Amino acid sequence: MLTFTLRRLLLAIPTLLVISLVIFLLVDLAPGSPMSEIPLTVPPEVRQKMIEALGADQPVFVRYLLWLRQFFWVEPAYLIDGWFGTTWSEGEQRILSWQSRSPVFTIIGQRIPQTLIVIGTAYLVGILIALPIGIYSAYRQYSLFDQGGTLFAMIGFSVPTFFSGTLFIIIFAVWLGWFPTKYDTQLVVNDWNSFLEQMRQMALPVMTLGLANAAAISRYMRSSMLDNMTMDYVRTARAKGMTERTVVLKHVLRNSLIPVVTVIALGIPSIFGGAIITENLFGVNGIGAALIGAIHASDLPMVQTLAFIFAVLIVLFNLIADILYGLLDPRIRYD
Amino acid sequence: MKMRAALLGAVAVMGLAPAAFAERGADGEVKLTFPQAVSIVNPYLSGGTKDILAAAMVLEPLAVVDPNGVLVPRLAVEIPTMENGGVSADMTSITWKLQPGLLWSDGTPVTADDAVFTWQYCTHPEGGCSQATKYEGVASVEAVDPSTIKVTFSAPKPNPYTAFVSGLSPILQKAQFEACIGAAAPTCTDANNMPIGTGPFKVVGFTVNDTVSMEANPNYRDPAKPAFATAVIKGGGDAEGSARAVMETGEFDYAWNTQIPPDSQAAMAAAGKGQFVVAFGTLVERIEMNMTDPSPELPEGERATVKHPHPILSDIKVRTALSKAIDRSILVEVGYGAGGKPTCNVIPGPEAWASDNTACLTQDLEGAKALLEEAGWTDSDGDGIRDKDGKKLSILYQTTVNPIRQDFQALIKDWWTEIGVEVELKAIDPGVFFGGDPGSPDTFQKFYADVEMYANNSDNPDPETYLGQYQCKNAPSPETQWQGENINRFCDPAYDALHAELTQTTDLAKRQEIAKKLNDMVTKDSMVVVPLVHRGTLSAHSNTLGGVQINAWDMETWNVADWFRVK
Repeated sequence: MLTFTLRRLLLAIPTLLVISLVIFLLVDLAPGSPMSEIPLTVPPEVRQKMIEALGADQPVFVRYLLWLRQFFWVEPAYLIDGWFGTTWSEGEQRILSWQSRSPVFTIIGQRIPQTLIVIGTAYLVGILIALPIGIYSAYRQYSLFDQGGTLFAMIGFSVPTFFSGTLFIIIFAVWLGWFPTKYDTQLVVNDWNSFLEQMRQMALPVMTLGLANAAAISRYMRSSMLDNMTMDYVRTARAKGMTERTVVLKHVLRNSLIPVVTVIALGIPSIFGGAIITENLFGVNGIGAALIGAIHASDLPMVQTLAFIFAVLIVLFNLIADILYGLLDPRIRYD
Repeated sequence: MKMRAALLGAVAVMGLAPAAFAERGADGEVKLTFPQAVSIVNPYLSGGTKDILAAAMVLEPLAVVDPNGVLVPRLAVEIPTMENGGVSADMTSITWKLQPGLLWSDGTPVTADDAVFTWQYCTHPEGGCSQATKYEGVASVEAVDPSTIKVTFSAPKPNPYTAFVSGLSPILQKAQFEACIGAAAPTCTDANNMPIGTGPFKVVGFTVNDTVSMEANPNYRDPAKPAFATAVIKGGGDAEGSARAVMETGEFDYAWNTQIPPDSQAAMAAAGKGQFVVAFGTLVERIEMNMTDPSPELPEGERATVKHPHPILSDIKVRTALSKAIDRSILVEVGYGAGGKPTCNVIPGPEAWASDNTACLTQDLEGAKALLEEAGWTDSDGDGIRDKDGKKLSILYQTTVNPIRQDFQALIKDWWTEIGVEVELKAIDPGVFFGGDPGSPDTFQKFYADVEMYANNSDNPDPETYLGQYQCKNAPSPETQWQGENINRFCDPAYDALHAELTQTTDLAKRQEIAKKLNDMVTKDSMVVVPLVHRGTLSAHSNTLGGVQINAWDMETWNVADWFRVK
């Protein structure tokens, strides 16, 4: 197992390098310019000067090498300096966003907590809703509950979040007035009241995303349960006179969870990636909102860095899913 | 005696009443929301209005422009003019006097050196200053004494109110930005996000592209202002969401740029929590006609250049017919509601500068057809599309991806089809269209289409620079890396000569007359530019927010010091 993990980690290095180059070229070749948000009243000479000040007029390979150096050397050095008070990164240029001229990692640092709290909660809520629905739907296949669960999953799958989100805003914020429509990122939770306020402002985005997440996972859970329900070992368990509860929750569920856990683990990078539409809709200043804002403004350093971090996370969680698979299912061994 | 006591009492009450209302920080928090979040609070490194709106609450210029287009002193004692001796007789210099006792929010005094530094900061060749045009023609800025700023121009300047005037060109604190000049400008993150200013508020917290938190500036020159103790600007989402947060849920007090469809405007106004306000500046949604041939059959480098005049649109009759076929009031009704009005002018305001050109306002489909007949375009094969010499009257009409613009495209296509013109529509991502990348075929400057639609405006009530765009020399071409503002490639020596005259004219009435003539030359006389809608900036404020005076000539937050809570 250890050699497998090490081999995979080593293999990840060239993979990620190639990915970073591909992302860089794709982002660079994509049409658009960091000057597109500048009003037309700013004349071309001034625009040219602004582009030069950003360094955006350099050849693409120069910018790529500079970015590699900044990402793998300057930024870690800066981090270590912050921890131990060393001066390795002194005088080095960090990766700066073209749009805001702030260091990209400072922006990511500001935004990760919001994304983890809101999107993470939505993911958790989604799982907690999905598992019972999936289990019971499979156990009572074609029952009224199963049909209801299927309908719920269909709605969650097919209704896009920009629609369900707006619908929730109109129902719960405009008509009923229960929840705010804009997420207050300056809210500090330090007492019971501010905690309630935080819950209230999280309600709508979590509801919107939770619905979408629950729909997908409940379907995986259901089909995995159905696969196992007809297995011989289930018949044996029943024949031994075990209670239905033990048969379903101990024998079937445990075995059915293996693929579902993989699916859940593979979905975790998307938590870090944030939810572009939902974050924008509710004004949650997460990573997804940052990414779409940067794409609109052709803020290449920001898009490039975020896309690359997502790539790292996806490679990492694929590995984690593989390892988990091996741990959960003793029949699977990689060595 | 009693009478006297009563009068004295009345006087005392009258004296106290405003004081009771006007106390700094008495009204709690004011919350603003922008559909686009603030990225940076330094207007010299940003070009987006969203950033400058936030900066205008913190940083101040010497003078601002009020909603009527009139200059009002801010940090200056008065507006320098030739009459009061502030502007030299030969118009090569202007001398500003700072108000006495001005302090930065950190308690240090404001001096003329700060203005000198600001000029150096923005004109540094490596700084990439986005407001460089404000300092164009400025030869030097000197501190005559700590409270006197003398701006000298390299040539006589009829309109000397550019440098240090309006929220686009405020004064920075030298002490804070001294190390941030030139190439170092973008690296000063703290200074760029939390500039020290003289305005009613100071920045206390900043999260990039999300929230700006402000507190009342303890050293603001008017001890009674601002009425609000704190201000928050939350950004992100869309215009609809921002408008809703003010007009329907009441979570915010002010929403900037709430340009939403007219039916949504009416529905939100009906909720009774707030109101929409609109200011008309010079923003005009227009169709620009390509005077050169954008045909893909031409070799790259000659396509859409003055070498090849447009085969169809070079004929003024065709251009006029296309304009005649459009019903501008329907466009306003569909797209903008209260936020727009039909116009035939490129310079729709201020009133004194706007031509009385209204001929295009009535749609005339029959007249348009007649004009096309006259120009030799007839439907010889009966397929509904006119042709001439075996060539179809077919045009490509491009604009950016934007719901209102797509509605406009559909409506205009219908009208043009009705007069026998075949129209192909194209919508381009705004980032590409306005991006100016010379390698992309889809930029508005390259204009690889027959007509295109977008909006443009003058950033100064005096349109000299703006009208200068249509000079022959400003046509984009491969030689200029496709940069240039004369995107129609319109070229009329008479226009260039008249514009040259404008730059030499100092008499205001004469200037206005020339500007009107120039406006007519590109619109009704030649129909190279077909104005459609004079667009306002539509914003929303809550009924509990008082003192809002929306302003098209300066930043909407220009008088934020005077905002208060209606009780």
